[in-house]
Amino acid sequence: MSDLLPGGEPAAGPPAARRGVVHRFLRNPLAVTAAAVVTAVVLVAVFADVVAPGSPVVSRLDMVNAAPGGEYLLGGDGAGRDVLSRLVHAGRLTLLGAFLTVVVAMSIGVVTGLVAAYFAGWFDTVAGWAANLVIVLPGTIVLVSLFAVIGPNILVSMAVLGIMFSPNFFRLVRNQVIAVKNELYVDAARVSGLGDARIIARHILYVVRAPIIILSATIAAAAIVVQAGLEFIGLGDPATPTWGGMLQDAFANLYTGRHLFLPPGLAIGITVACFILLANGVRDALEGDESGARRRPPRARTAAPAVPDDRATEHVPDDALLTVSGLVVGYRTRSDEVTEVVHGVDLRVERGRIVGLVGESGSGKTQTALSVLGLLPEGGEIRSGHVALDGEDLARLSPRQMRNVLGRRIGYIPQEPMSNLDPSFRIGWQLVQPMRRARGLSDSAARAEAESLLRRVGITDPPRVMSSYPHQISGGMAQRVLIAGAISCNPALLIADEPTTALDVTVQAEILDLIRDLQRERGLGVLLVTHNFGVVADVCDRVAVMRSGRIVEERATRDIFADPHHPYTITLLGSTIEGAPLRAPLDEEVAP
Amino acid sequence: MLVFFTRRAVAAVVLLVAITALAFTLVYSSNNNIARNILGELATQEQIDALSAELGLDRPLVVQYLDWLVSAVQGDLGVSFVTGTPVVDSLAIRLPVTLSLVTVSLVVAALIAIVLGIVAAVRRGWVDRGVQIFSVAAESLPNFWVGLALVSTFAIGLAWFPATGYVPIDQSVTGWVSTITLPVIALALSCIASTAQQIRSAVIDVLKKDYVRTLRARGLPEGAILARNVLRNAAPPAVTVVSLQFIGMLSGAVLIERVFALPGLGSLAVNAAIQSDIPVVMGVLVVAAVIVVVVNLAVDLAVTWINPKARIQ
Repeated sequence: MSDLLPGGEPAAGPPAARRGVVHRFLRNPLAVTAAAVVTAVVLVAVFADVVAPGSPVVSRLDMVNAAPGGEYLLGGDGAGRDVLSRLVHAGRLTLLGAFLTVVVAMSIGVVTGLVAAYFAGWFDTVAGWAANLVIVLPGTIVLVSLFAVIGPNILVSMAVLGIMFSPNFFRLVRNQVIAVKNELYVDAARVSGLGDARIIARHILYVVRAPIIILSATIAAAAIVVQAGLEFIGLGDPATPTWGGMLQDAFANLYTGRHLFLPPGLAIGITVACFILLANGVRDALEGDESGARRRPPRARTAAPAVPDDRATEHVPDDALLTVSGLVVGYRTRSDEVTEVVHGVDLRVERGRIVGLVGESGSGKTQTALSVLGLLPEGGEIRSGHVALDGEDLARLSPRQMRNVLGRRIGYIPQEPMSNLDPSFRIGWQLVQPMRRARGLSDSAARAEAESLLRRVGITDPPRVMSSYPHQISGGMAQRVLIAGAISCNPALLIADEPTTALDVTVQAEILDLIRDLQRERGLGVLLVTHNFGVVADVCDRVAVMRSGRIVEERATRDIFADPHHPYTITLLGSTIEGAPLRAPLDEEVAP
Repeated sequence: MLVFFTRRAVAAVVLLVAITALAFTLVYSSNNNIARNILGELATQEQIDALSAELGLDRPLVVQYLDWLVSAVQGDLGVSFVTGTPVVDSLAIRLPVTLSLVTVSLVVAALIAIVLGIVAAVRRGWVDRGVQIFSVAAESLPNFWVGLALVSTFAIGLAWFPATGYVPIDQSVTGWVSTITLPVIALALSCIASTAQQIRSAVIDVLKKDYVRTLRARGLPEGAILARNVLRNAAPPAVTVVSLQFIGMLSGAVLIERVFALPGLGSLAVNAAIQSDIPVVMGVLVVAAVIVVVVNLAVDLAVTWINPKARIQ
C-alpha cells in the first residue's frame, strides 16, 4: 500500500500531525489573536451592563446625531441615544442569534449525518435529498418571505437560518463518517464487540470534531452577517439594540449622522473576520507542515544553485550518459528547517545500459529520479551535488533550458498510468502536442508518428486509442501510451519510476519486455526505479541499492544476486525470494 | 446526453414543485395570522374570519396549494392582497432590475476572481498572501455596509454617482451605468473574495496532479500546460463555485437594493413581507426558486459537458 505513494516525503503521517494540532494552533499568532478577540467580544456582550458607559435605550433630544468625542464617546444616534452603549449591548442579541444558528444547524446536521452515513439505507437517501433541496434556497430571500409568518422575532429567524445551514454539517459529517467507517481500526473496534453508539462516540466523532469546529466558526460568521442584514432592512426586533439595527439607523441618518455607520460596521467586520481567522487557524493546524512547504515558490531548482563539488569532475568515463554525484535533496518545513531525504547519492547510467535503483518505500529512490528531471514536488530542492547529462550539469540550467532537455533528451515513464494521463484530453492530443513542440512536426506528421509509436509499443488499433479519453482504456494500455510518450521525442535517457508497480502481474512482464526491447533498439540508457528485485533480475545490467537516502551497494546484477555484500541487500533479496515470483537473471547476450 | 438532459430536467421540475409546496405550506399555514396582519391588531374575530373566507384562506391547505399551482403553471400567481395588482405584473417590472444587477456583478466578480485565483495559485508568495488577506477582509464586511460606505463616500461625499435610484438600460445607457456601478461593486466584492479563494485551491489541486508532472517531463512549456490542461481540469469546480455565488448574490441583492433604492425583487419582497402580502411573497419565492433551479440545471449540464467521462457515457 505505502509502496504506491510517490517517494519518501518527509511530511509527518496523520497520527503525528494530529497530536500537534493544538500546539500548532497556539503557535499561530493570527489564530490566537482571533480567538482572543472572539472571547473578548463574547465577554463584553455578556457583561454589557458593567462595560457600557450608559444606557443603550435612554434618548436625549440634545444628543440626536451628536458628533463623537463629546459626552457620548462615539456620538449620539438618530434618536439621541449613546452609540457606544448601544454597540456594547448590541453584541448580545447578535452573538446569541449566531449561537442559535450554529446550535440548530449542528444538532440537525450532525445527528442526521451520523445516522445517514452509519446506517445508510432509505434514511440516507431521503436526508440527502432534503439537504439538496434546502441548500439551494437563497437564505435571505427565504427569511424575508418568512417574516410574513414569523414577524419581528429575530431569534426565530436565526433558528430557521440554522435549519437552512444544517445541510453543511450533514454533508460534512456524512462524508467524513463514510470515509472513516470502513477504516481498519473501526472494523477492529466492531470485531472486538463495541456497540455502534460507542464506536460513533469514540472513533468517529473524534475524527470529525476539528472539521466541525471549522464549519461552526464559518457558520457563526455567516449568521452574524445575515442577521445584521435582516435587521438592516427593518425585519429585526426594534426594541433591542443590534449591530444591524444600528446600521439601519445610520442609513436613515446618512446625510446628518455620517459617524453612525462606522462603529457597528467595524464591530461586525472585526467579529466576523475573527471567526473566519479562527476557522482558518484550526484548518492550518490540521494540515500541519504541508501548508508551510506550499508557501515556497516552486522554483527550487534555481533558488538553490548546486555547490561546486570536486567529486563531480573526478572520474567521468566517456560512456557515462547520466552522472549523479553527491546529490542531496531536502524539503523545507513550515518552520523553514530543511529535512534531508537524500544524503549524497552517486549514480551512473551508461548508454545502452539499464541501471536499477532499488530500495524500500521512503528510501529516497523516487526523490533521486525526480531530481534528475528537475521535477521534485513543491518544497523539495537539490541542496547540493551535480546531475550531469552528457557532462552538462542539469541542476544549473534555467527552467527554460531544462524544458529543452525534458522530453528530447530525457524521457519519463511514471508509476501510476491512469493518473498520469490528463483525463480531459484525448490520448492522441497528449501524444501529438509534445512532438509538435519539441520536434517541430506538423500536426499530421506528429499524428502519423504517434500512430507508429503506439503500434510499436504493442497497441493494435492506434487510431481508436488516439481518439479515446484516458478513462476508456485499460491500465496496461495507458502505460504503453505513456511509454510511447516517453520515447516520442527521441531521448537518450529514460527515467522509469516503478513502471510496473500499479499493473497486473501478467501485464508487468509485458511492459518490462517492452522497455527492454526499446532500450536495445534505441541504445537507451535507463534508470529504473523499483522496489522489486524480480524486476531488477529481469532487465537490469547493474543495480544500486538504496536505503535511507544513501546508496549502500552498487554492482552488476548477477554479482549482487550471486554474492550480496551489504546486510540490507541480503534482507531485501531474502524478502523478495520468499514473497514474489522471481525470474532468472539475464543471460549473457543481453549485455552488449 | 439527451437522456441525461431529460432526466435532469424532470428532476428540476420535481424540485421546483417540492420547493413551492414547502414554501406554500410555511407561508400559508398560519392563515389566521395573515388576515389579522392585514386588518391590524384591533380587528374582531368575525372580521378576520370574513377576510379569510374572502381570500380563500379557510380552505384546506392542499386545496389552496393545488389551486395556486394550477394557476401558477398558467402564468397566474394571483393578486396582491394590498394593491390588487396581479403579482406577475409586479414581478415582470422588478425582475429585470435584480437580474441585471446580479448578472453584471457576477460577470465582473467571476472575471476578477478567476484571474486573482490563478495568479495566487501559480505565483504564490506575496500575491497569494495579498489575495488571502483581501478575501478575509471582503468576506467580513457585510455587502450592505460596503454599499453604505460607497454611498457615503462616492455619492454623498464626492457626488460622482447618484446615491439612489435606477435608470433602465433601454432609457439611457450612461444613466444605467451610473446607477448600477456602486451596487455592482458592493455586491461583487465578497463574491470576488470567496470565489478567488476557491479557484486558487482548485488550480493548486490540479497543479499537484501526476499528469501535470508528466506533461512537464515531456518538455511542454509551463504557460501552455497552465492555459490548456490546468484550466480545463480546474473548470468544473470553478463553474460550480460561480453558480453558487449567483444564488448567494440573489440574497445579497435584497440588501443592496435597499441601500441604493433599486426597485428590484428584493425591495418588493421586503415590502410584501412587512405588509403580509402573501401572494407577492410567494411570487418572489417562486421566481427565486425558478432561477436557482435553472442555474443549477445549466451548471450540471456545463460540468457534464466539460467532463469527458460523463459526456461520453
